[in-house]
Amino acid sequence: MYIRSASAVSPQASFNQMLSTPAVYTGDKLNCIEPDYSKYIDPKLIRRMSRIIKMGVAAAMEALKDAELSMPDAIITGTAYGCLADTDAFLSRMVEFNEELLSPTSFIQSTHNTVGAQIALMLHCHHYNNTYVHRGSSFEAAVLDTQSLLEEGEAENILVGAVDEIIENSHAIISRFGIYKESESNKLLNSGTDGTMAGEGASFFVFSKNKEQNSIAKLEDVKTYYKTGRKAENIIHNFLMENNVPVENLDLIILGNNGDSKTDEHYNTVAQHLFGGKRLVGYKNYCGEYPTSSAFALWMATMMIEHGKKINNATSPKKILIYNNYKLKYPSLYLLSAC
Amino acid sequence: MSQKVYIAGVGIISAIGNNVGENLASLKDGNAGMQQMERLQSVHKDKLPVAEVSLSNDELCSQLKLPNHISRSALLSTVAAKEAISNSGIDIHKWRTGFISATSVGGMDKTENFFTEFLADHQNGDLKNVVNHECGAVTEITADHLGIRDFVTTVSTACSSSANSIFLAARLIRQGFLDVVVAGGTDSLTKFTLNGFNTLMILDSQYCQPFDENRRGLNLGEGAGYLVLVSEKVAESMDQKPEIALSGWCNANDAHHQTASSPDGTGNYLAMKGALKKADLKPADIDYINLHGTGTNNNDIAEGTAIKNLFEGNYPPVSSTKSFTGHTLGASGAIEAVYSVLAIREGLIFPNLRFETQMKELPFAPVTELQHKELRNVMSNSFGFGGNCSSLIFSKVIG
Amino acid sequence: MDKQELMQRLKEQIIKQLKLEGTKPESIGDHDPLFVEGLGLDSIDALELIVLLQQEYKIKLNNAEQGQEVFRSVSTMADFIMERQAKQV
Repeated sequence: MYIRSASAVSPQASFNQMLSTPAVYTGDKLNCIEPDYSKYIDPKLIRRMSRIIKMGVAAAMEALKDAELSMPDAIITGTAYGCLADTDAFLSRMVEFNEELLSPTSFIQSTHNTVGAQIALMLHCHHYNNTYVHRGSSFEAAVLDTQSLLEEGEAENILVGAVDEIIENSHAIISRFGIYKESESNKLLNSGTDGTMAGEGASFFVFSKNKEQNSIAKLEDVKTYYKTGRKAENIIHNFLMENNVPVENLDLIILGNNGDSKTDEHYNTVAQHLFGGKRLVGYKNYCGEYPTSSAFALWMATMMIEHGKKINNATSPKKILIYNNYKLKYPSLYLLSAC
Repeated sequence: MSQKVYIAGVGIISAIGNNVGENLASLKDGNAGMQQMERLQSVHKDKLPVAEVSLSNDELCSQLKLPNHISRSALLSTVAAKEAISNSGIDIHKWRTGFISATSVGGMDKTENFFTEFLADHQNGDLKNVVNHECGAVTEITADHLGIRDFVTTVSTACSSSANSIFLAARLIRQGFLDVVVAGGTDSLTKFTLNGFNTLMILDSQYCQPFDENRRGLNLGEGAGYLVLVSEKVAESMDQKPEIALSGWCNANDAHHQTASSPDGTGNYLAMKGALKKADLKPADIDYINLHGTGTNNNDIAEGTAIKNLFEGNYPPVSSTKSFTGHTLGASGAIEAVYSVLAIREGLIFPNLRFETQMKELPFAPVTELQHKELRNVMSNSFGFGGNCSSLIFSKVIG
Repeated sequence: MDKQELMQRLKEQIIKQLKLEGTKPESIGDHDPLFVEGLGLDSIDALELIVLLQQEYKIKLNNAEQGQEVFRSVSTMADFIMERQAKQV
């Protein structure tokens, strides 16, 4: 399948900004730099929307615009946590007011498929609409459904994306599991300390079955695994073999190391064994760590390919592998080629 | 012609029974599961009847040998999924097997208790109670218990969630990605959903009356249902080849409003029509529709109107088994898929309990008594928030 | 409190409850329809207004249909509140 467009609301203002002067964060989280939503959303609709819905809708609308597509044949979303702010608002009030005087709006919007549904509502899109909520492989499930729907011949152009947000209470709870950095540093990926930084974002893509004039890249393959028990090196090696792509043909490998010295070791080992001498980059210094961050990595890879085409530079990457392994439980792989 | 996807086994737990046999007996005897709240601790206890699974968390935990901090959603899921596999008689480890579950509340039953302590002080509350909050965490508890690893995921599209997990399973089998999929969904009763639906003012303080002119709303229920879907190849390898297949499915969006259905049920109509097309069937081929039929004013008129427009005078028997189980939200699509399979297998049309008066807008009324009839094609409807509409068609395989 | 004062207060409360940012109380006419035309509110807003009545005026509506009459305009809302409060005394 082909990627016709990619758009992200992330802790980076834009891809170009990220190339020249990326936003740098210290502390334990990276929050999104939000666009002017009035460009994308009718004021009558926007008043009720929580932040994650606005982020998702804005990224989706931008992706459709870039693909010059007015009506997708399907809308597929991945989110691990869903609409946390609405869930938190309803839950907190329910506890505080002992199940009285509750607002329906936050309950309605707490549903996990709210972002996909709001996009459909805005587009008046009656087509297929599905939402996957499987932790570190939520976005991968959405992409697999996309692939399957295209293969089934039930769609030609699909809007697919992932959303997850940080809110105060979820951050307070997740922090108690001790997974975020305690020391203040702005060098996430080379900190040499334990813990990572929380991230968030909304990334949307238009995938199509056929190569179109404006296709940016071909997504050659995508795979995700659940508690496989197999070594990451073997999984990656097999994935490349199945696609007939020897390591030397890869121009760039994007890795999911998140600056936590405990898990970075895993990525270092993989890199040493498989990718000696290859160009490797991390991405979580730009977006932080969250269960659907691989969607940000795919956005970044797509933008790099598009940028390379624009500047027509021979050293720009044309074949990119993404390897992320959220919490070392959900290895996922993406292989992209410029087209 | 694409290969068929067979239903090799079913499993279920609901307010009307802890397994397939008990559910079938209640459906035949007309025993509904609603009553005064016993397990859920809510201030609305005396006002809002619910349909609770009779087993307590402790009983479920000891039956499954799982620790008691685990979400009730996961416990219900594990019971029903295990039954589905044993009912199929398949050794799932011999095949590429997936587990596709669905839930709308996930581990909320535990989180809402955690939150009471957490809000008082952010360092309070036992983390064991939030560690499985995510929908996907609930799925993984069951997947790990069953030992399924080849593919595991979770769908969440409110009240159509588990219908969507079932058609994804079918698609992945047809495309040769998996051989066997245990697919369905689970939801436990929570204060979160009870109060949520209460703010929408669509909960019935009496026992619900779906598709009745004087309907007042829905009763919430809980439970889990799973199907074991298998490829032609797996079906051939079984001692007795399954006789029922998932022949059609479709998901469409109403795109009308975040919660309410459009007056003429556009999304419902498109989902049913799309499922017929996928199954290569005409409306007249449908022998029974298991309705979404929540009992709310809005759902029943939208769904009824869509059926009126699609079936045009050729109305098949219809009934809502939510009159037995209550609305089990993310589990309802799968629970009703199990009932649809049982309807074909047993040659039964289940009654729509407590029906009194035909809706004035509709030219048809639901079935009120158990009917014995050979069924070839049964349609099951599931519609959710966000306009998410799904229809599944189960068919008897001939020859 | 007279009806004029009550209506002024209601307008402010409606704007807050329904997050009608950018709408000023004076731009809502006493008799302007609140739903469809006028402010263009929908069924979710009606439910929010039911919460508002309960929270601010301790008035409970038993079903959403009742709201359709009550929430026709700020004026009808005020009349309803005054009528209920008179009964309570």
